[in-house]
Amino acid sequence: MQIKSRVHGGVLYVLLCGELDEHSATYTRITLDEIFDKPDFNKIVIDLSELSFMDSTGIGVLIGRYKRMKDKSISIYIANPSAHAEKIFKMTGLYDIMPKIV
Amino acid sequence: MKYSNFMEVTFKALSVNEGFARVCVASFCVQLNPSVDEITDIKTAVSEAVTNCVVHAYPSSVKGDVILRCELEDDLVTITVTDKGVGIKDVEKAREPFYTSKPSEERSGMGFTVMESFMDDVRVASNSFGTSVKMTKKISQACEQVVG
Ligand SMILES: Nc1ncnc2c1ncn2[C@@H]1O[C@H](COP(=O)(O)OP(=O)(O)O)[C@@H](O)[C@H]1O
Ligand SMILES: [Mg+2]
Repeated sequence: MQIKSRVHGGVLYVLLCGELDEHSATYTRITLDEIFDKPDFNKIVIDLSELSFMDSTGIGVLIGRYKRMKDKSISIYIANPSAHAEKIFKMTGLYDIMPKIV
Repeated sequence: MKYSNFMEVTFKALSVNEGFARVCVASFCVQLNPSVDEITDIKTAVSEAVTNCVVHAYPSSVKGDVILRCELEDDLVTITVTDKGVGIKDVEKAREPFYTSKPSEERSGMGFTVMESFMDDVRVASNSFGTSVKMTKKISQACEQVVG
């Protein structure tokens, strides 16, 4: 897992590159929390265009980040999910808390 | 039955082996000429079952074995993931969507639900000596040369 981020116009864009499974979950969690803790944005977009694999561990990681940011009233959006990731998101209702943006 | 093949690997229940398990099954199944979608479905189901062995089967720091078996019978793929861990006390409950015995670790409890929706059939056998998850999936356009 490789995580890239940039802030543009008050929006934090995060790009997840690689595979999100139990093996990469801890690194992903810690790295996202570090990036999310910076105070220079009011909205987060997680771009999944470079995510080559994800299983239900990814749902746990995303819901965990949602709960942390909810306390700060910062909403998170999902961009460019694969058809496969989308299937898992719809199954779990993730879009109800992290809407997809186009 | 015209075509029959199998492979079996045993590895330690470590998260680093999740990727190995996915790639291992995916490359073995290529001989049936599955679609990219079917391969992704299979990889995801394997990942869920193996992750459960890594996360739940061996609670002590001494990690035991995971046995991953993949059988091909004509156009049918059967994957069995077995551990010799603590087992699941209430399988029916464990299979419910969103049920997890480790909510504090940010687990989604959706592992079995994902396996069920990406495979045609999922069977779980468990006792205090371990757990075995057996999953099947039919490959829609299985290779002509293989299946005939
Ligand atoms: N191989 C296993 N050994 C022991 N317990 C297991 C195993 N697989 C699953 N379980 C139990 O079933 C529950 C549900 O599994 P799952 O749907 O994958 O959700 P999660 O892994 O997110 O908890 C787990 O929380 C665990 O208690
Ligand atoms: Mg699981």
